[in-house]
Amino acid sequence: MPLFSARVLVSLRPSVLDPAGEATRAAAARLGVDGVSKLRIGKAVEVELEAADAQAARAQLELLSDRLLANPVIENWTLELKDDSSAGA
Amino acid sequence: MSLGVVVFPGSNCDRDVQWAAEGCLGIQTRFLWHEERDLSGLDAVVIPGGFSYGDYLRCGAIARFAPVLQEVAAFAERGGRVLGICNGFQVLTEMGLLPGALTRNQKLHFICEPTQLRVEPGQCSWLQGYSRGEVVNFPIAHGEGRYQADPELLKQLEDSGQVVLRYCSNPNGSVGNVAGLTNSQGNVLGLMPHPERACDPATGGVDGRRLLASLIG
Repeated sequence: MPLFSARVLVSLRPSVLDPAGEATRAAAARLGVDGVSKLRIGKAVEVELEAADAQAARAQLELLSDRLLANPVIENWTLELKDDSSAGA
Repeated sequence: MSLGVVVFPGSNCDRDVQWAAEGCLGIQTRFLWHEERDLSGLDAVVIPGGFSYGDYLRCGAIARFAPVLQEVAAFAERGGRVLGICNGFQVLTEMGLLPGALTRNQKLHFICEPTQLRVEPGQCSWLQGYSRGEVVNFPIAHGEGRYQADPELLKQLEDSGQVVLRYCSNPNGSVGNVAGLTNSQGNVLGLMPHPERACDPATGGVDGRRLLASLIG
């Protein structure tokens, strides 16, 4: 089966406080980088997956993202499925 | 009369719960390894504190798929009493047995200290040993205990009397000062503070005894 590569970006929903992001923003100022008005920390998850075709791969990755990689109560996710022409076989 | 205590790789309050229940209260307990599927003969199940499966990804996110929790979910569905303490509360929210989520403490620190809680027993049968508005002292020990729910959900939980424990002085930034809540049926209770560490006078107080005692009976 063809191998598909994807990246899932998980971020906190805008309404959810991100204390780690705020602490990092404060550290940016101590580094001398001023003017950082927003800094929020999420996760980037690299996935390789075997599937029959791109449509099947997308369906599996969406399930994975929504049910495991992100908690929809507090997080949003976006899926970047690389063009299958660039994926290995 | 028997209490099941779930044990994941990474649990670290399972023996505290056993000591509080058996040693302090004389309640028989049985450990339930994460691969266990037999819950027969149990009157209630406790999901204890710790770092289940290392809490990788998110607290409780991996534990949710443990075989024992499939059985615990069915047990709760049948009306069985399930108590989630600290990591156990995080697991219950990840499983969807309790609404909302637990997130990083507002000030980032891991907090380990005694806390005062106000009890609002409402209709929750296992808090009937406490009077309305009673202030109790349970320790907390967590880095990710900030309860998060959107305003509509919080209002719904408050209106239905599901917010049964609140911090008197909010240590972690939880919305609505929520320290513990129940499901709508009242048979699943999750809380960040540790009632099992408030059962032996040797460790500073016995306010947690009434909560654990009411798990059985």
